[in-house]
Amino acid sequence: MEAIKNYFLVDMSVMMGRSLRHIFRSMDTIITVTIMPIAMMLLFVYVLGGAIQTGTDNYVNYLLPGIMLIAIANSIGYTSFRLFTDVQRGIFERFNSMPVARSAALWGHVLTSLVSNAISLTVIVLVALLMGFRSSAGVFSWLAVAGILALFTLALTWVAAISGLSAKTIDGASAIAYPIHFLPLISSAFVPTSTMPRGVRAFAENQPVTSIVDAIRSLLSNQPVGSEIWVALAWCVGIMIWAYIFAMIVYRKRA
Amino acid sequence: MSRYENAILVKGLTKSYKHVPVLLGVDFQVKTGSIFALLGTNGSGKTTIVKILTTLLKQDSGSVMINGFDVAMNPEQVRQSISLTGQFVAVDEILTGRENLVMMAKLRHLRAPHQVAEDLLKRLGLTAAADRRAATYSGGMRRRLDIAMSLVGGAPVIFLDEPTTGLDPEARIEVWNIVRELSGNGTTVLLTTQYLEEAEQLADTIAILHKGKIIVSGTLEELKMLFPPAKVEYIEKQPTLEEIFLAIVGEKTEI
Repeated sequence: MEAIKNYFLVDMSVMMGRSLRHIFRSMDTIITVTIMPIAMMLLFVYVLGGAIQTGTDNYVNYLLPGIMLIAIANSIGYTSFRLFTDVQRGIFERFNSMPVARSAALWGHVLTSLVSNAISLTVIVLVALLMGFRSSAGVFSWLAVAGILALFTLALTWVAAISGLSAKTIDGASAIAYPIHFLPLISSAFVPTSTMPRGVRAFAENQPVTSIVDAIRSLLSNQPVGSEIWVALAWCVGIMIWAYIFAMIVYRKRA
Repeated sequence: MSRYENAILVKGLTKSYKHVPVLLGVDFQVKTGSIFALLGTNGSGKTTIVKILTTLLKQDSGSVMINGFDVAMNPEQVRQSISLTGQFVAVDEILTGRENLVMMAKLRHLRAPHQVAEDLLKRLGLTAAADRRAATYSGGMRRRLDIAMSLVGGAPVIFLDEPTTGLDPEARIEVWNIVRELSGNGTTVLLTTQYLEEAEQLADTIAILHKGKIIVSGTLEELKMLFPPAKVEYIEKQPTLEEIFLAIVGEKTEI
């Protein structure tokens, strides 16, 4: 038993190396998680941005947090898809009949999601800098932003794990991505919620993406973060714990 | 290789799914170093037996010892002793053949994973295709890679669940040769099949699973003795379609 435990990190890093290769070899994934958010950022800043009044001097500054969340949301369907394929092809079965740490295969996918999102978000921030994004935030604020983004990624990754592990068809596995794609669109990601009609506004202001976007925006513009950061953290941690428990139950049952 | 006379010892194995009984008390043993074929129609419970023996599924009652370890009490030790080639080819299609094997060697915590991969590629005739993605392989090549992945680490007991289903005659003979070679080296092989000919060609012992029980088992000679002695008749020996096919495609007809 002890020997097995010592191998957990080794096994997990082998699993992670494997699924990172999957990402780097899939042009489709790279386009959806990095190029598409960048294209949206270009579109909103240079085509629509002139007509959008956000009350900030620079629309890129306003837009970047939302674009980052969209990039993360876009990656979720792929995590679900990769997990589904592993279950379907019998790859998890193969790992589970080997002397490999039990949940290493699953954690490998989760860490892959974190690492690949970190890479794509870095690229997106660099492009934003070229487009005129400026931040007066200090190191701690940036670390807080990174922390929130990591929590958001983990929360969505575990949600994706539930659907990837329990789906019966490949369409079912990636269907989880659609509602998640929708959330940033009806939030304060592109325009202030105060411009929306009442019903939509009520939804936008009370769903997780708005509070997360607002918290990141305040941190990046070096403004005092109010209660929104706690609401944002509560959403992320709440979803993460709930999804983690369910994903583990499904994993034990299925794989 | 093993201290035990019987590498596999199964006693009174039962299993139901929900309320549908699948195994109703299965008993058999497999001598260390021999090839054991489990014959049965689709749905007779062959795969369920393999899953229980490879620690993927828990039995309802009965005992299973693999290499001296109880699957229910010491699944980790059992996993150290076995290797499974499942019913469906479980290779990572996005990785190359070589990468698949290196991954397995790392997961088995072997010292020189690249050397292990190189040797197996050579042994199974995959060297030329080693650096192509497995997605580009033919069905026979995939199965060979799949089996190669199971050979990583040299487990003393190997399970092959319908290893030749869906393969063309040439690829099937290749798999048979691999199995014979394995057994020649002292590895214990349990294979399931629905092809009578396959059992006849390969197995030292044959067991027939029907309606959740082993109805007969023994060597081919023993099974033949269950029937009335053969009458001598003169029949013109026509070549089988398989012999014709293999002669035309220029393969050796000896099987």
